Amino acid sequence: MATRSTASAAKTTGTSARTTPSTPDAPALRDAVVVGGNRIPFSRAGKKYADASNQEMFTAALEGLVARFGLQGERLGEVVGGAVLKHSRDFNLIRECVLGSSLSPQTPAYDLQQACATGLEAAIAVSNKIRLGQIESGIAGGTDTVSDAPIAVSEGLRRALLDASHAKTLQQRLKALAKVRPGDLKPLSPATDEPRTGLSMGEHQAITTARWGITREAQDEIALASHKNLAKAWEAGFFDDLVTPFRGLTRDDNLRADTSMEKLAKLKPVFGKHLATADVPAEPTMTAGNSTPLTDGASAVLLASREWAENHDLPVLARFVDAETAAVDFVHGHEGLLMAPVHAVPRLLARNGLTLDDIDLFEIHEAFASTVLTTLAAWEDDEYCRTELGLDGALGKVDRSKVNVNGSSLAAGHPFAATGGRILASAAKLVSQRAAETGKPVRALISVCAAGGLGATAIIESA
Amino acid sequence: MTDAYTRAVNTGLTKTLAKKLGLPRPALLRRYKPGAPLTVGPVLVVSDDASKADADTLARTLLGWDLDVRRDAADDARWGAVVLVLTETARPEDASGAVLAVGPALKRLAPSGRVVTVSRALTPADGPELAAVRSGVDGFLRSVAKELRAGATGNGVVLTDGVGVDHLSVQATLRFFLSAKSAYVDGQMLPVGPADVAGEPDWERPLAGKVAVVTGAARGIGAAIAKTLARDGATVVCVDVPAAGDGLARTANQVRGTALQLDVTAADAGTRIIEHARQRHGRLDIVVHNAGITRDKLLANMDAARWDSVVAVNVASQLRINAQLLEAAERGDVAGLRIVSLASTSGIAGNRGQTNYAFTKAGVVGHTAATGPLLAATGGTANAVAPGFIETDMTKHIPFATRQVARRLSSLLQGGEPVDVAEAIAFLASPAAVGVNGQTLRVCGQNMVGR
Repeated sequence: MATRSTASAAKTTGTSARTTPSTPDAPALRDAVVVGGNRIPFSRAGKKYADASNQEMFTAALEGLVARFGLQGERLGEVVGGAVLKHSRDFNLIRECVLGSSLSPQTPAYDLQQACATGLEAAIAVSNKIRLGQIESGIAGGTDTVSDAPIAVSEGLRRALLDASHAKTLQQRLKALAKVRPGDLKPLSPATDEPRTGLSMGEHQAITTARWGITREAQDEIALASHKNLAKAWEAGFFDDLVTPFRGLTRDDNLRADTSMEKLAKLKPVFGKHLATADVPAEPTMTAGNSTPLTDGASAVLLASREWAENHDLPVLARFVDAETAAVDFVHGHEGLLMAPVHAVPRLLARNGLTLDDIDLFEIHEAFASTVLTTLAAWEDDEYCRTELGLDGALGKVDRSKVNVNGSSLAAGHPFAATGGRILASAAKLVSQRAAETGKPVRALISVCAAGGLGATAIIESA
Repeated sequence: MTDAYTRAVNTGLTKTLAKKLGLPRPALLRRYKPGAPLTVGPVLVVSDDASKADADTLARTLLGWDLDVRRDAADDARWGAVVLVLTETARPEDASGAVLAVGPALKRLAPSGRVVTVSRALTPADGPELAAVRSGVDGFLRSVAKELRAGATGNGVVLTDGVGVDHLSVQATLRFFLSAKSAYVDGQMLPVGPADVAGEPDWERPLAGKVAVVTGAARGIGAAIAKTLARDGATVVCVDVPAAGDGLARTANQVRGTALQLDVTAADAGTRIIEHARQRHGRLDIVVHNAGITRDKLLANMDAARWDSVVAVNVASQLRINAQLLEAAERGDVAGLRIVSLASTSGIAGNRGQTNYAFTKAGVVGHTAATGPLLAATGGTANAVAPGFIETDMTKHIPFATRQVARRLSSLLQGGEPVDVAEAIAFLASPAAVGVNGQTLRVCGQNMVGR
């Protein structure tokens, strides 16, 4: 049950609108904490999980989490998650996964989708309900498969089939079907291109990369660090209680522990090849090495109130402090497609009375190596921060040794909706470990950019 | 999971054919089902004159379990079990009457029937005649077991250190041998000594309220152990290497326990096991060292990688974890701890191509005998179970002919099931079995090799 003591009411911050509630017993805000997480190893598209569905993968992620924390038969407050590439039959994907899991079938669930920010947005939704006292516990996560992506029929064929199904007579039906043209029989593969610009995400980011003058070498350094850091974390057993194998895969198969600057330098650019002729004279710099590959995978994070965790004898890794989402106008405006987190973070920090210096660890999703670099460059840029973010000056400089210390998406891969859960669980374990080592509270900032000019960010701290 | 041949000679036309041809017919073994009768029929209790008082005591115990107990071998019964009490027999000549009474009863022993001897262990103080008769029971029982048919087994309870037949551990051991839980235990003499037993036994859920850790729980015998301990009431922490995490999660979810992905060879494995059990479940009562690997090679071709990895996983890890458990017992973090380790008949009889494996499995037998007394100080025990040929994924990969021979080379003419090993472990881990300490119990269907 929700805590309703006056003591916990006193803990709420002044910014939360606590005017006289109409219901006298309205619960006060309280902490939402991360108990732990689980994911399956991420796999490059078309490989180990080639015939695994989103439902199978997310169910596997749930089952691993249930096993780790002994949640069999447990009625959780909610399971929230989603997939970016989703079959229409998966309209209740997460609920179906719950029903196929060892959780109590009385656990509610809903699907949520915010492109690559799906996983983190799910965690925000779950933690908000926990903080409000509406639920005691919940799982947030996501899953995506490029290998098992839906393939649709053409618009012409779809229209004809629908008309035929509505037809009342055989004649009408034949007439409807007669409209189908041979060209309509070509299936439509899912595209992740931006619908309003027709450009792929990579092409968009190539523009941003060139605008900020990010070099090929700087991007390759980020990619190399991602692989090295992730490999080190795997070797150290960091993922022993964060990952459960699936379909014979025990580690992320995109990880190249033996990669080097030389190897990365040999790769040919894949994005931004047509930019050089435009107003930007830049050489294309974005390669398969410093961009994330198409990946399959799923992740899940267990969140709860402190009381629930304590009553279930479960550990608490971190407190989910606050979150902020943002969107940028990349269609008509001049902002880059993946720059929304740049806008969200200053607002998030300000609301919590923090600066970049108060952050011990940064988890910046590596959609591309240059996403990390343009984000950091923008925060360091005095004029940009003044004109675009409405700040007095540069937000600040981030110590690169605090960024993605256990690797990120360039090495692990990026199954769109599963990335938020991967980052949140890893970051929660990191702050918990660091706090135990140093005896001091440790804070982490999470930033995830997404298609559609969207971005989600969050702050967690050791609990 | 019974093998195809055993199924064939027990069903339909092939059964008739096998009978006509006089083919060896391994029986379908009766296995434990909750709520099923303890034995398949009445129990005959016989003894020589000197042991009559003990026989009476045991008969009363059996009556207390609602068994149909008879004392006259001439009764026209389809015997579920015969209990032969020779606890006080003083001279070899004195066993004659009781032993010869058992003979005719064996002709009317029901399928999956039981013969259990109750006798005393040799002691250094025994005179030559007493030593002869006490030793004699051993040879007698092992031979009787080989004469039994139709899934019947013979085993012996061996009393040590003057323990009385009314001791709960003696009763619990007798009950285990009489029950279907010992389906694949055959021809074994298990020593039972005096030790303090806390509380009344719960025969249906002997492990209720206990927290158990099972290593190598992702599949095979480990998964069966986890399920059996959970059936008996324990909360089970399932441990396996991170790479086996998917199977581990499956087991943990089946038994409603928790999964701990952990390499048992890690330096702090024992500490982490204790921490997990205590923080998440409040206590630690049972540790089953089941994790093990084989890296078979003739010694002439053995390399360091094969030898060292088998030693690291099969025995060194157990020793390191046990040391950490003993420290925790001394600190008072755990009490009455039961350790059960997996040995192997390969370690007892030896096996070509398995010098490394046999070295470690015999090592388990040795360290178990040494660890038992250390744990006894805090009310705990350490025992081992040595499986013979068990039908698992691992043994599925043995070449066909070798596998067939291995199966048939036992008194029960078949391989055992993972659950048979699990039942023996659950028994040794139960509170009532506290008098069994430092022992290695074979679960091998009386395999023809070794003891």
